[in-house]
Amino acid sequence: MSDAVAGPRIAWRVAKVLDVVRETSRTRTLLLDVPGWPGHRAGQHVDVRLTAEDGYQAERSYSIASAPKDAKLALTVEELDDGEVSPYLTEELHAGDQFELRGPIGGYFVWDIPIGGPLFLVGGGSGIVPLMAMIRHRNSSLPAGDVVARRNLPARLLYSSRSWDEVIYRDELARLAAGDPTLEVIHTITRQAPDDWQGFRRRIDRAMLSETAWSPSQKPRIFVCGPTPLVEAVANALVELGHEPNMVKTERFGPTGTPG
Amino acid sequence: MKKTSKKSKQKAVVSDRPLDSLRTDGNAAAGMFSEIFARDMTAGRAKCAGCGTTRTIGTLHVYSHGMGMVVRCPGCDGVVLRLVRTPTRFWLDARGAVSIMVAGES
Repeated sequence: MSDAVAGPRIAWRVAKVLDVVRETSRTRTLLLDVPGWPGHRAGQHVDVRLTAEDGYQAERSYSIASAPKDAKLALTVEELDDGEVSPYLTEELHAGDQFELRGPIGGYFVWDIPIGGPLFLVGGGSGIVPLMAMIRHRNSSLPAGDVVARRNLPARLLYSSRSWDEVIYRDELARLAAGDPTLEVIHTITRQAPDDWQGFRRRIDRAMLSETAWSPSQKPRIFVCGPTPLVEAVANALVELGHEPNMVKTERFGPTGTPG
Repeated sequence: MKKTSKKSKQKAVVSDRPLDSLRTDGNAAAGMFSEIFARDMTAGRAKCAGCGTTRTIGTLHVYSHGMGMVVRCPGCDGVVLRLVRTPTRFWLDARGAVSIMVAGES
């Protein structure tokens, strides 16, 4: 019997590292050239596969950080202390190196302009990455001068980090928010806030969400990404506040060193 | 990556982290689904055979192991799907799902 076995629908491709950008002490952005890359939607991820000389393979998923229109595919990777793949990606890779990836993957945790807004994004730690793809996508798709289009699709990011130094994309977020009155970026710092910090200093809770989210009657599209405990606490609080569960999309990521 | 039997599933997680921090969700299974199904499954919906609730697959709980994934219902914790990869085969045990629905051609 000869089964006609189709190849995988989403093929493994070779990604070439064009550049490695330091975001924080623990995170790096890999700018990649992926021949044959079919394009992606904001919020999707890729699987990365590393193969050792003895054939041992390890696979991990990483969110795409770049907007669909960006020239280079970008992954932002946080180094985990006991990680098997992330230390290689953050420390060992240099421009010119290659590794395997497949994607784009995922059709649930995605946002495009036609889905509309208001857009409320809640991230913890490196959970910012797919949300950043959405922010970049919104920014590059709505003409800078078209205030009406932007007002019709306002966006707010509530972003929890342990310290100010661990805020990924800190400068870019500040720059985007400064140039766009319809994009608000709200930080909460859970451990070491700067002495003159005026913002939130605690983990995201129901009161903070009540203060920062649009009301349920405005039907915000909500995306929550971060470590599992954060995502579940936030999603539950949002539903308690009256948001429809199907308006709250969540993506949990796996083991991290220390959550929150 | 460790081989784990079903029995030792929880103990096999050699870690001092609480088990819930090892839980991810259906998004994490998207790559493995793509090896079996032609369409994205994370936006599809599955009806749990345990409690009868229909949920988006991206929202189901996922516990990953070296050889595969166990997909559980967030409501009743019942196993909805098991995905296992061997060197030459993929196995999908879907007895915990009454039905699975995905969008047609768009």
